[in-house]
Order: sequence, then C-alpha cells, then structure tokens
Amino acid sequence: MDFTSHHIIPKRVYYTIYAVLMLCTYLTVQIAFFDLGPLNAIAALGIAVLKATLVVLFFMHVKYSTRLTWAVVLGSVFWFGILLALTMSDYATRAWRTFG
Amino acid sequence: MPDPARHDHRPADAFALQRDGEALAFQHGVLAHHFDSLDQQREATTLGMWVFLVTEVLFFGGLFLVYSVYRTWYPQAFAAASHELDVMLGTINTAALITSSLTMALAVHAAQLGQRRVLMLFLVATIALGSLFLGIKAVEYYHKFTEHHVPGPAFQFEREYIRQAQLFFSLYFVMTGLHALHMIIGIGIMLWMLYWSWRGTITAEYYSPIEISGLYWHFVDIVWIFLFPLLYLLGRHGLH
Repeated sequence: MDFTSHHIIPKRVYYTIYAVLMLCTYLTVQIAFFDLGPLNAIAALGIAVLKATLVVLFFMHVKYSTRLTWAVVLGSVFWFGILLALTMSDYATRAWRTFG
Repeated sequence: MPDPARHDHRPADAFALQRDGEALAFQHGVLAHHFDSLDQQREATTLGMWVFLVTEVLFFGGLFLVYSVYRTWYPQAFAAASHELDVMLGTINTAALITSSLTMALAVHAAQLGQRRVLMLFLVATIALGSLFLGIKAVEYYHKFTEHHVPGPAFQFEREYIRQAQLFFSLYFVMTGLHALHMIIGIGIMLWMLYWSWRGTITAEYYSPIEISGLYWHFVDIVWIFLFPLLYLLGRHGLH
C-alpha cells in the first residue's frame, strides 16, 4: 500500500558509497605516513571533505531532498566558511607584520 | 490535497487512494492535524532536523576554529602531541563508525519498505557498532590517563612543548568527549527507535522517526570524519 512519493534509493548505491568511504579512509591513513609538506594537510582535509559530501548526499538523502533542504545544508557550510576565513585572516597573518 | 502537477504520472484514482490512505494515517495518529499530507509532514520533519543539525555545525564549528588557530600557531607542538595518539585504534574506530552509517542507511531503507524485522536487525547492528566505537574510545582514554597526557598538574611531555601540548590534549579531550557524548545520545535514540519498531509504530507510511534519527547518526559520523585526520594523522610523518 505504498502510494507516497518518497524516493527509495536502491541498496547498491549505499554499498557503493560505503566502499568508497572505506577506500578513502585507507588512502588518508597511507598518505599520512609520507612527508609531503603542506600537501599532507591538504590531502587529509580534501579526503575528509569528499567523505563528508558523500555521506550528506547519499546516506543523508540530500541529493534527493527539496531545494529548501539544500539551502539549509549549504547555509551551514557557508557560515562555517565565514567563521574560519575571517578568524584565520587575523590569526594566520599576525606573523606577517612588518611595522610597529 | 496532493498537488496534481507533482503526481501527474499516476492514474487518477491514485489520488483517491492517497486521500483514503491519509485519512487512515490521521485516524491512526501518524499524520498530525496541521499537515495536509504525509509527504508534507515528512518534508517538514526532515527540514526541522536539518535546522537542528545546523546548530550542531555551529556548536562543533567553534571547536574546529580553536583547533585551527592553535595548530597554526604551534605546528611542531601539535604534531608532536598528535604523534602520541594511537593511529591504529583511530582507524578501527573510523571504520566502525562508517560501517554503522551503512547499517543506519540500510535501516532507513528497510523502514521505507515496511520490513520490520530487517529494520530491527540493522538498528541493533548500528547500536553494536556505536558501542564498539565507545569501548575503543574508553581504552584510548585509559591509555592517555596512564601516560600522563591529561592536561593538568600531572601532565608529562617533552619539556620544550609541555605547555602547548596541553592545548592539543585539551582540544583532544573536549572534541572527542563531546563527540562521544553525541554517540551516547545517538545510541539512546536508536534504542528508542528499536522499541518503536518492535511496537509496530514504524510503518512504510510513517518512517520519519527512523529517517531523522539516521540524519543525527550520520552527522555524528561526519564530525568524526574530520576529527580523525585532524587529531590522529597530523603527527604521523617527519617526526622522531
């Protein structure tokens, strides 16, 4: 008696996303043992962002959600970006001071 | 009334069927009187949960910001302190949480199809994996206590970094501690959902409680997805 319009995602999508997440976990641990200078942090955070995006889009069904849900999700990311960018533009640049 | 434009792929009598179904849902108390349809109720519920999760982003966001500031200021001390964490246990815990997210997604899938026994099985699996995570976390905390890596008068570390390493371990305990608290609450919610599933409250028409509990569980997983590289992997290379 299923007459509602909700989207049921096939199970194989979940299994595929799971496999990618586990592969990413393996890669990020392996990469961490090589000294790549500043690339270590970029690789670790890049993989974390990719993993989080996959969880949000597929496990949390945002890919199949309303535009209002998209706006709320992107709003939180955008706000956190403002917090980090404005604060770090101060703290990360204090050593650059050439006067005073 | 359903919006015909959205459902134009269905035969006309499907609307009558849907109205009958929703009248039934109302009788059974799963459709609140202020919603027109189960679809509308489900969308409102999901949106409400996402708004709550935004406040959680603000909550954890502040801590990630403090971490970023001190890591930028004291990179060597943070790398040396991070080196003391057990990357093997951290990796096992990451795998446990990602697997619990899969079992949670499969639980929602079973709820959508009205498969009560499968739903209960996946909820139990999710609770078990969450408990495994907390058990491993407790072992790690125990090690940190015995190694004198808990900030305070008994803290021991290389003399050069002793003050700055306490900042790292303060952040480690506060961030993983708050995350663990969220896990404990999450396990409580899953036990509650297990009871509702067992009682038969959850049906293919009314699975929103499982869906939004799942949103919470996946959010807690995402927090760990960031905590793991920032705390455990930072100090793996170029040291000692």
